[in-house]
Amino acid sequence: MPRDKGFDMAGESRSLFSMRGSILGLATEFLSVHELPFLETRVPAGFPSPADDYLEKNIALQDLLVSNPTATFLMKVEGHSMKDAGIFDGDIAVVDRSVAAVHGKIVVAVVDGEFTVKRLIYRAGRCVLQGANPAFPDIEVSDCCENRVWGVVTNVIHKL
Amino acid sequence: MFALADGNNFYASCERVFQPKLEGVPVVVLSNNDGCVVARSEEAKAIGIEMGAPEFKMRPLMRRHGVRVFSSNYTLYGDMSARMMATLSGMAPATEIYSIDECFLDYRGVKNPETLASQTREKVRRWTGLPVSIGIADTKVLAKAANRLAKMRRREIGVLQITASNREEWLRQLPVEKVWGIGRAHTARLAARNVVTALDFANHDKGEIRKTMGVVGERMAWELNGVSCVDLDEILPAKKQILCAKSFGTPLSDLADLEVALATYTDRVGEKLRAQGSVCGALQVFLLTNQFRPDQPQYTPQMTVTIPEATSYSPELIATAISLLRRMWKPGYQFRKVGVVLHDISDSVQLDLFAPSRNAEAKARLQAVVDSLDGRVRWGTMGFDESWKLRAEFRSNRWTTEISELPIARV
Repeated sequence: MPRDKGFDMAGESRSLFSMRGSILGLATEFLSVHELPFLETRVPAGFPSPADDYLEKNIALQDLLVSNPTATFLMKVEGHSMKDAGIFDGDIAVVDRSVAAVHGKIVVAVVDGEFTVKRLIYRAGRCVLQGANPAFPDIEVSDCCENRVWGVVTNVIHKL
Repeated sequence: MFALADGNNFYASCERVFQPKLEGVPVVVLSNNDGCVVARSEEAKAIGIEMGAPEFKMRPLMRRHGVRVFSSNYTLYGDMSARMMATLSGMAPATEIYSIDECFLDYRGVKNPETLASQTREKVRRWTGLPVSIGIADTKVLAKAANRLAKMRRREIGVLQITASNREEWLRQLPVEKVWGIGRAHTARLAARNVVTALDFANHDKGEIRKTMGVVGERMAWELNGVSCVDLDEILPAKKQILCAKSFGTPLSDLADLEVALATYTDRVGEKLRAQGSVCGALQVFLLTNQFRPDQPQYTPQMTVTIPEATSYSPELIATAISLLRRMWKPGYQFRKVGVVLHDISDSVQLDLFAPSRNAEAKARLQAVVDSLDGRVRWGTMGFDESWKLRAEFRSNRWTTEISELPIARV
């Protein structure tokens, strides 16, 4: 008689505590020899530390720069064509693939198999990758624009 | 109803995301020490490069066709897998991660499963750059079959649903050896009995299947008939990676609870690893909050670490996993899932793993692992440069986890 098997949403936490003591003990022993420096001290069960409420008060730079970590990647910028948009050689671009690449966004696009950063402009039904430096010409894109846009630049990390 | 999302040529696709030049070019990924072919792009398959073939055997063919060859980059694959799984978990109320590139989605009560699957596929593509195929059916084995068929017959759409009314028609088109868990030995024996397609197998006498293939074989046949009865662990063959990730009945936020769960899972994968006589050279830990609850704070970190000396020793694996967990864990998040993945799996040199004399050696080695972790955390992961250099001649950059190896955008 076949058993009915679905998802493992329930019941798992029960079995967690049947962990073989010897193995966990050994592992814990290893770790105690080599406690990591930033580990908080363990609080006895049932007594939350009064400090817990303050743990999240630090400013998390990551949260400021990245709204969707799952779809966010970093890229190193090389070149000068975007200097008037505040993007300079050596900067790190924060690129979010989940943000819609609409008219006017600064995007990472693929041109000749290479990544480039440009402003995305739709002009009379045409797609233009526009630099932010008068010394550089615009790139007219003839084929489907969506396929060329890799992601949208949401922030730039610039070292002074 | 279940859907199975499966990354197409996963390792090769990960390489492509950060190297657009590889689009349309045959790509091959090699196992550890650059030994055998472990992943191929469609183009590489088309020119006849075989899965599992030794690199030196394929070298002339690869040279002739300008194949781009890569060493395994588990740091990259682990990170991309975690991103794919996090994206998928926002598209279904429950998910079950089955391997580095496969994930079951709970489609119970879904009105238009094919539409949802298309949207899911598109979202994974947009967020991560990875192509996935999705098979939908009433059982997991049928969903896997649907996935295979989607890859064979619906390449462009990437979605295929097997329903009660089209089941026979689709299963007739699927060779029996493509059914999950049916190996070569069984295929030959079944062929002798005129069981050639998945449909033949589904219609075959269940008692006889049980006699030759055991109760697991019988359950597979039931599943192909739309009766849900398989525990996935039962059919997972020896694989290129071993994974254990379960959803909690109630979300966990406490580090101590997560440690117990992770230690248990790691012990389990360690057992599997030893049972198949293998060792692993890389270990990954990931955490998932409930992506289906946008009102709750979300945090889906992962870390992959390469172990300088391949091991299958559970305490070593557990301690490594826990040290990764402690680095990633942050208070204030409700975690729905913790998982551990063993990568870079190879045959072990025969050792008595639990001989007392080995403890000291293992301890020393573990200490070295943890030692080398210290102070090397950058953007959520760590690398062992020396070990990589030794074993991976053609490894691509760790594009997503190493600040010194980021992709370059020329502006």
